[in-house]
Amino acid sequence: MIIEINFVGLIIASIMASAVPLILASCGELITERSGVLNLGVEGMMIIGAISGFALMTVTGSLIIAVFGAMLAGVLISTIFAFLTQTLITNHVATGLALTIFGIGISAMIGKNFVGIPGKEFPVLFGNLKDAIPFLSPILFGHSIVFYFAFALPFITNYFLKKTKIGLIVRAVGDSPDSASNQGINVRLVRYLCILYGGAMCGLAGAYLSMIYTPQWIENMTGGRGWIALALVVFSTWNPIKILIGAMIFGGLTIIQFHMQAIGVRIPVQFLTALPYIVTIIVLVVISRDSRKIRLSTPSSLGKSFYKDN
Amino acid sequence: MHKIFIRSLVSSLVFLFTLTVSAVAKDVKAAFVYIGPTGDHGWTYQHDVGRKAVEAAGFKTTYVEGVPESADAERVLRQLANSGHDVIFTTSFGYMNPTNKVAKEFPNVKFEHATGYKREHPNVSTYAARFYEGRTILGTIAGSMTKSNVIGYVASFPIPEVIRGINSFTLAAQKVNPNIKTKIVWAFTWYDPGKEAEAAKALIDQGADIIAQHTDSTAIVQIAEKAGIFAFGQASDMDKFAPKAVLTSVENNWGPYYVDRVKAVANGTWNQKDTWHGIGDGMVVISDLDSAIPADVRAKVNQLEKDLASGKVHSFTGPIYDQKGNLMVAEGKTADDGMLAGMMTYVKGVEGDIPK
Repeated sequence: MIIEINFVGLIIASIMASAVPLILASCGELITERSGVLNLGVEGMMIIGAISGFALMTVTGSLIIAVFGAMLAGVLISTIFAFLTQTLITNHVATGLALTIFGIGISAMIGKNFVGIPGKEFPVLFGNLKDAIPFLSPILFGHSIVFYFAFALPFITNYFLKKTKIGLIVRAVGDSPDSASNQGINVRLVRYLCILYGGAMCGLAGAYLSMIYTPQWIENMTGGRGWIALALVVFSTWNPIKILIGAMIFGGLTIIQFHMQAIGVRIPVQFLTALPYIVTIIVLVVISRDSRKIRLSTPSSLGKSFYKDN
Repeated sequence: MHKIFIRSLVSSLVFLFTLTVSAVAKDVKAAFVYIGPTGDHGWTYQHDVGRKAVEAAGFKTTYVEGVPESADAERVLRQLANSGHDVIFTTSFGYMNPTNKVAKEFPNVKFEHATGYKREHPNVSTYAARFYEGRTILGTIAGSMTKSNVIGYVASFPIPEVIRGINSFTLAAQKVNPNIKTKIVWAFTWYDPGKEAEAAKALIDQGADIIAQHTDSTAIVQIAEKAGIFAFGQASDMDKFAPKAVLTSVENNWGPYYVDRVKAVANGTWNQKDTWHGIGDGMVVISDLDSAIPADVRAKVNQLEKDLASGKVHSFTGPIYDQKGNLMVAEGKTADDGMLAGMMTYVKGVEGDIPK
């Protein structure tokens, strides 16, 4: 019985590990979108983070430089987006898509020299407690610091948006940039900072993939996770706690469908493969069906350019 | 009037001059069309290693990577044929129809299509590797070394190439250990490190102590290394990614064939061929065996490699039964190439159904 309980614990730990990049990228994008900016470049920023982290780790040998370097790379590439959409007032959707294409291309170019190099072992916390408590140990202990940060982030984000003054400013800028501007808030500056923060989180999500989850560089290794993160933000109706739930369901079903295959459950594999997408959308739509709350949490000026000169 | 005449005279002279120069130089230019990026460290990467061998042999090469298997492929092929390439290698199954279509328009350009079966014009050849021979070796090692008798297998897409590999692997493993079970998980991707890692984790949680893969990334061998179990590398030698876990790898070695064919074009001896080479011709290479493999298994594997190369042993030697117990290959017979090429049924001992 103990073995079975441990088995369940191991599966839950695998699910949580696979949800980490989605949570990081979604929570970052959430802040960007709450300020009224729609950045579709999540996939591009993630892949830039992935190659930057891996390249810095290989070249400098320092994991700390690599992790912060990846976040900085995310900030730098999102600066391009911020400059184009906020200063030159370009269309958010087109610029975001261009950012993704740009990111995938430039990461492949930088990555040419890093193909076929094994990654480094990333240190884990509380590794000695891995077998201390049945069931709970694999879930709680023996993970990287990024893992713990990711699971704290939705709660931090929630608190930030609801309880802090800066959070209120971000929401005000996203809901009504004109009123915010009349109150003396520098709308463009707030949006700039929110875009850069989103870039940093996407960079971290990418670094998690290339340095911790599967330590290696392969072109296109984010494999569409940026798009899933974007979808999670929308389907969670801009609520960080629901992002956490959505990411866990998505990661969970991806892993459980492999288990079902291995056990030999006779369900068509194509259906199992589609299951994470279908169920995540259904669950998030159901838990977010209160239209009054949706109206309250949707940034009213999302994707609209702010023209007023500051 | 004079001016126009002189101009056209000059330009036709220039044109003639370029023609003569190219005829005298006799530089053979080879082009390669890739489905993925050369940075995948798998399928496309190995083709590009082959291209570099051609370059090292003194020929000029060009490549185009990430070409979709659609109308885009035709456009790329036409452009390569138009820009003075003498031989074009198209390295993915889905380029089959575009290759034949464009070959008709350029009868003087040679086309070489990997893993296909259509040769509609005299200037189209096809080539493929008998990877299943390598998987016979892997199966023998896995069957000899598993303790849990559960072997995991991460598969990509349900096509004959992959099914053939699963069957060849399972038959070899059963031969040395009748109690083994092969658990298959379909990842429905050729390379997505995250997904492949999750599939491998699921198989390990289900009790697999050796994992084979028919997807391209190194994520699976890394997961095996972390879990302290064994695995096999795919397409290239993956030993440095997981020095303890990787027992050996099956490497795709296209270089010798590519050099051969480009030289044939240069000598004017190129002819239409259908090539399906295995271990014997060096197109399939078994990497160094890991020290974790016991001496008796090592000896057996070395002998098997020699016998597969000489043709003394065939991966599919009867009696072979399918999952329902129907005879597929009679005792003493071997499966012919036609059967191998269209293999879409599991042999007895493989668990689960082939996704439809």
